[in-house]
Amino acid sequence: MHVVVCIKQVPEITEVSIDRRTNTLVREGVPSIINPFDMYAIEEGLRLKEAHGGTVSVISMGPPQVESSLKEAVAMGADRAVLLSDSRFAGADTLATAYTLAQGIRRLGQFDLVICGKQAIDGDTGQVGPGLAEELGIPHVTYVRRIRELGDGMLRVERMVEGGWELISTTLPALISVVKDINEPRLPSLKGIMRAKRTPVTVWGLEELGCDPQRVGLTGSATEVVRIWTPEPRESGELLQGDPEQQARQLVERLRGLGVI
Amino acid sequence: MEGKGRPAILKEECTGCGACVEACPIGAIRMHDGLAQIDESCNLCGGCRDVCPSGAIRFPEEDREKQPAVAEHHHVWVFAEVRQGKLASVVPELLGAGRRLADQLGESLHAVVVTAPREEIYQQLFGYGADAVWQVEHELVFEGDEMARAAALCQLIRRERPAVVLFGATAMGRSLAPRIATRLKTGLTADCTGLEIDPETRLLRQIRPAFGGNIMAEILTKYRRPQMATVRPRVMKAPRFRPDSSGPIHHFVPAELDGGLTLEELVLEEVETVNLEDADIIVSGGRGLGDPRNFALLEELARLLGAAVGASRAAVDSGWIPYPHQVGQTGKTVAPKVYIAVGISGAIQHLVGMQSSDVIVAINKNPDAPIFKVATYGIVGDLFEVVPALIRQLKKMRGVT
Repeated sequence: MHVVVCIKQVPEITEVSIDRRTNTLVREGVPSIINPFDMYAIEEGLRLKEAHGGTVSVISMGPPQVESSLKEAVAMGADRAVLLSDSRFAGADTLATAYTLAQGIRRLGQFDLVICGKQAIDGDTGQVGPGLAEELGIPHVTYVRRIRELGDGMLRVERMVEGGWELISTTLPALISVVKDINEPRLPSLKGIMRAKRTPVTVWGLEELGCDPQRVGLTGSATEVVRIWTPEPRESGELLQGDPEQQARQLVERLRGLGVI
Repeated sequence: MEGKGRPAILKEECTGCGACVEACPIGAIRMHDGLAQIDESCNLCGGCRDVCPSGAIRFPEEDREKQPAVAEHHHVWVFAEVRQGKLASVVPELLGAGRRLADQLGESLHAVVVTAPREEIYQQLFGYGADAVWQVEHELVFEGDEMARAAALCQLIRRERPAVVLFGATAMGRSLAPRIATRLKTGLTADCTGLEIDPETRLLRQIRPAFGGNIMAEILTKYRRPQMATVRPRVMKAPRFRPDSSGPIHHFVPAELDGGLTLEELVLEEVETVNLEDADIIVSGGRGLGDPRNFALLEELARLLGAAVGASRAAVDSGWIPYPHQVGQTGKTVAPKVYIAVGISGAIQHLVGMQSSDVIVAINKNPDAPIFKVATYGIVGDLFEVVPALIRQLKKMRGVT
């Protein structure tokens, strides 16, 4: 069983600020973490390896500093780490990212399952997973909260949907995106940390991947961000005074006044 | 490569099955000596490539880039999601937004249905503003196989060339839309909170939040078509329903489809309390509740308000309430009309999931809790006194004893 886990390095959102002059994100000095949803993807990959044997590869696209996140995944137990890094990959939207990741995964060789987190906390799109599956020509299932069965070329999973869940089966290889409910990610072990130090991260650029330069980075992106700004902060609210009974009455009056109850 | 601006037939792969001849919407493909041949009238729509069982049709990359002649795409389409026989609540909202865009473009608004044909669904679509309905007809598509749905929609979009396609940011929409956009090599913008047509360029201006609502971005898809976007439920306003509207229903039978998924079972949980995305009012509880049993208090309040019950990560991680109730960074992002946070301090990870709500009510005993910074109405007090008082007031108002 070869499981490929896709991860993204994201800034810790509590630390993000905007440069009011240039209207761009200030990323300097902001700590980077593995996208929280991807932690569940890594953990699920490791559990599948423990149950079925095989290997877990972890892959990411980004600048050289993403190596630290890949090393963290190795410390948790991943066998192999690959970074797709090239200055020409910069500025990719989800379409160009899906293409580039697909090129990387194809280069890894045969695989049975690709696991992604539900979405990244910076972009919040959740689009790369299904897009990547399309590029790889394999089926995908989003919002997976449990893998029920895996083997004999097939996969059966529970998928969260509005108001409940679906039981879905498909053939392997396939791609799933996972939600927090699926597991509890482990902490890296001391042994894992030592191993991560010794395990080199493979870095592949445009030429190694045989990418079409027209399909990567800003050039390969279909969407273009033309403007960013910070939204107006919320107006300061009203503190309701009095004893609980009076506070409750005022609240009901206010909400009725707004026509919302 | 057979000629400039035409896809190539790989002679070793072509089995002469003729599927492409059937699929070509403009009759540009003929069989010659047991091999497919594509003539100059080919408009590179890609329909043949989708149906070719042996992958014998290759589109050169440079031609694919040029493929969507931007000016040849017209009309605004809305994906009409139907769940358990009912039109998803986001669809009228999308039709409202789509109507505006279509009017700005001077074009029409179409709705696409991939579930089994139902007269009452068509009536709703027309009543909320659709000029025409596309009904996709295929067994796999009806059965809920998203891979088949995506493939069928790609075929239809390639043939009809809409300028804009909108999806609800639901589980289904967020799965189908990126699959389709990737196959069509076009742009997709997630969770738009604003959509309008630029009067000069006629481009769709897509406004969306990022970084948990800390920044806003305007995004354009300049050179590819269709321009695709998803919109969360409750972000756009549904138009008034006009019961006697009608229009044409076009039936589309896709060419051969490969299935991908089998939907074996759908299990619905207590829909009223957990369906946070569709709720007008959400009552959420956090660590301040102190005990899982105290969620019963919130449930009573929620029942009186017709609200869904949410929770902070702290409450979910403590095992007090299941994960589908979690609001915030690793849970759901919600924007109801009223969000009532009870015993929630308001960590940034929670705020990013609910700060776009219209009215925020915070009930907390700590006056310095960050939740009060985003609250429209704040009540500093003991939730075990305030919530029962609130329940009494609401019962009095509703005449319930």
